Amino acid sequence: MALDREQKEGAEVLLMGNEAIARGALEAGVRVAAGYPGTPSSEIIETLSRFSEAGKLYVEWSTNEKVAMEVAAAASFAGLRSLCVMKQNGVNVASDFLLHLAGSGTRGGMILVTCDDPGALSSVNEGESRHFARLMEIPLIEPADFQEAKEMTRWAFDLSEQIRNVVMVRSVTRMSHASGNIVLGTLPALKGKAEFLCDGPVSDPERGPVISAPVIAKHRLQQEKLRKATALFEESPFNAYSGPEKPELLIITSSACTLYSREAVSLLRAEGRAGILKLGTTWPLPPALLKRHLRRTQKVLIVEEVLPFLEDQVKILAAEQAREIGIKTFYGKNDGALPTVGELNPDLVAAAVGRILGIDPPAIPAEYGDKLRRLTEFLPKRDQTFCPGCPHRASYWGIREALQRDNRGGFVCGDIGCYAMAVLFQAAGFHTAKTLHAMGSGAGIASGFGKLGPFGMTQPVLAVCGDSTFYHAAIPALINAVHQRADITFIVLDNSGTAMTGFQSHPGLDVNAMGEAAPMVDIAALCGAMGVPVTIGDPFELIETRETLNRLLEEPGVKVLILKQSCALSPEKKGKKRFLVRVDDTLCRGEACGCNRLCTRIFRCPGLLWNRERKRAEIDEVICAGCGFCAGICPAGAIRSEEAAKP
Amino acid sequence: MRETLAKDPYNIVITGVGGQGNVMASRVLSNMLVRKGFKVTIGETFGMSQRGGSVMSHIRVSSAFVWSPQIPKGGADLIVAIEPIEAIRVLAGYGNRSVKVLVNLRPIYPVGVITGEEEYPSAETIRATVTALAAEARFLAATEEAIRIGNPILGNIVMIGAVAGLGVLPIDRELFERVIRDGMPAARVEDNLRAFAIGEASVALKSPLPQGEEQNLREPNRTVLENVSKFSWKEVKR
Repeated sequence: MALDREQKEGAEVLLMGNEAIARGALEAGVRVAAGYPGTPSSEIIETLSRFSEAGKLYVEWSTNEKVAMEVAAAASFAGLRSLCVMKQNGVNVASDFLLHLAGSGTRGGMILVTCDDPGALSSVNEGESRHFARLMEIPLIEPADFQEAKEMTRWAFDLSEQIRNVVMVRSVTRMSHASGNIVLGTLPALKGKAEFLCDGPVSDPERGPVISAPVIAKHRLQQEKLRKATALFEESPFNAYSGPEKPELLIITSSACTLYSREAVSLLRAEGRAGILKLGTTWPLPPALLKRHLRRTQKVLIVEEVLPFLEDQVKILAAEQAREIGIKTFYGKNDGALPTVGELNPDLVAAAVGRILGIDPPAIPAEYGDKLRRLTEFLPKRDQTFCPGCPHRASYWGIREALQRDNRGGFVCGDIGCYAMAVLFQAAGFHTAKTLHAMGSGAGIASGFGKLGPFGMTQPVLAVCGDSTFYHAAIPALINAVHQRADITFIVLDNSGTAMTGFQSHPGLDVNAMGEAAPMVDIAALCGAMGVPVTIGDPFELIETRETLNRLLEEPGVKVLILKQSCALSPEKKGKKRFLVRVDDTLCRGEACGCNRLCTRIFRCPGLLWNRERKRAEIDEVICAGCGFCAGICPAGAIRSEEAAKP
Repeated sequence: MRETLAKDPYNIVITGVGGQGNVMASRVLSNMLVRKGFKVTIGETFGMSQRGGSVMSHIRVSSAFVWSPQIPKGGADLIVAIEPIEAIRVLAGYGNRSVKVLVNLRPIYPVGVITGEEEYPSAETIRATVTALAAEARFLAATEEAIRIGNPILGNIVMIGAVAGLGVLPIDRELFERVIRDGMPAARVEDNLRAFAIGEASVALKSPLPQGEEQNLREPNRTVLENVSKFSWKEVKR
């Protein structure tokens, strides 16, 4: 039911927003696509990879977002259409290159797709990529439904070629991960060979070297491109007004908020009083179009998520045009009509519109509403935790034991991946992991902590990092720690895949995004080349891991420990048990033991059950993944494991 | 089979726990409705669902418009719960006096219950709570039926069959068959058709739960849990 090669032009199919974006790129004749995995963006590259074909479409998971953008830019410089994809904070990573790319300009149509996550449904930030469009002086367009996600992506390539610069297409989780009807368009015949024409002067955009200097001249040219885009935006069909000729309230909105605004007006039955100007081209705003619509009324509500980006731009244009359009009353973020944190939904928008128009949103009858409110009181929570058999649980248990024995208040600097759950949910990481920021920041922060000894800091400093994160951004931080002689223990939690986002390939694996064989870049060899001691261990070997760590914590400088064990959900492990695990009832003393239910209360693997009636621990043989690790944690030795018979 | 919607937009919430085939159920149902010419929006929350979290799909069905991927609070017309306490969780946010609720009575215990810190409400409490708050409530042994077919994951399709049996949407077995024949290997089609037919019939019969079955519902749902442990992140994302 996903997007596939069999679906024909004109067919109306149900697609995820990210698939619609991928289809738009295919209909535009994209030849090169690159990205780094990150929810909610990953399905775009995954979908395109299924359409990859030598000489027609090249798709890669790059080591990080900056490299992805550079790879896509090269294709553009060689005259091909290209796309790079990332989640919101990926744009931060790519932004240094983006600044220079926006100055140098492009050749073949090139688009940057960013998928933001208002509400941080699967992020540890609510970063906004929209502001980058303004900062980098490149056009920004935002689809408001699924069909538009396809059409606007396709059009973005044309726009890029018309202005010779990169175009940003921004989606959000509720667009990328939602699904809707899409009418498919034509897939073009792919033609044109890659050639980088570079024998002309710097001033020749067709044949000159591609560079952002001479800066003043190129910057001026870049701003001319932006004015050209603004002129095209004035006529764009992606900006549309619906509502009364002279509404009482004009709602200006974009992206998924368009759907929330429509629903809010419908909930309030305010179709006769409020009109909606839906903007698809959100930077720069087309001034003449805005003037036309701002003239309609005196009250204006801007509906957008997180920060007032659209609101600020509308206010600037309204101030400039005040003589012609009159003085407006604005509602939005600055007056508190809408929150500046979290995602929006139809109810929040209805409440704001209702307050302005003096309409009460439809309410649930009080008695029934009271009953609903009491419902969740008796429901058990569904806490997230590491999967049964997850090597990260074992790694953190080893770290916990080593830090307890070391007894100097040591702590772990966390990083981005499933293992970040140790910081997000301290029960999952046994209260060892204490910082969590950007990709690779665990190593960088540790590098800083590791220099605080002369200031009296005596706590051992550890950092963890997954295999994909290691390649993405941890290497420069680790090199820094080595060169500065920081005292840190750097642990690579190598589970052989980009597990959190769905097992995308990375440079440590022998396969690439298109399923081709690829050379592996060895983490241990890379660390060894930095001149630091490298130990490779298995996190399921608890005693060895603990003893190695306790030894490393005593040593000065940078020490690397690679804990290698593949993800419990990886194809080679799924559904296969290495050990059969059981609790020996003659040895488990339950609550009389004095262990205070260490296995179920502290270790908390979902495969371990506390039987309330029998007051004993049990193994749930169905849930248990058979890693056998818990056999080593029971102080009474009651958890027994034996090698499972080979199938 | 009816040809129009009982209400426009018609709002459906499908809920459960990661690994129960929630996303697949919402895709199958939505694809049926797209084939009937409706505009469908599915909004999904599945950020970290593979790690035991609740999963919820909002489905908006309309003859003409694309609706928001989030249903307004108190705005569900039909709640399909593949796990019982998730029915109550969704009712708390999206319930109203005219909502219809289909509940698969087989529980999946949260980590806090497994470790003995929290208690799971009894089947009687769940039944009474849902019945008191819904205009129409049906309780199914979808997982048990699916196990009889040979694969507990098919509980999701039993529930979709039950949706068809309710008669609130213009969908039927023939449409279901067309959709799944396009979307899955031929070998799996027969079991899916059986699961759908069982769900459809059990709602029509009005007494889906044989006597004595409820006692079993207090036991941990090992077979479904087996699916949870075999479950892959990729499957959620498709």
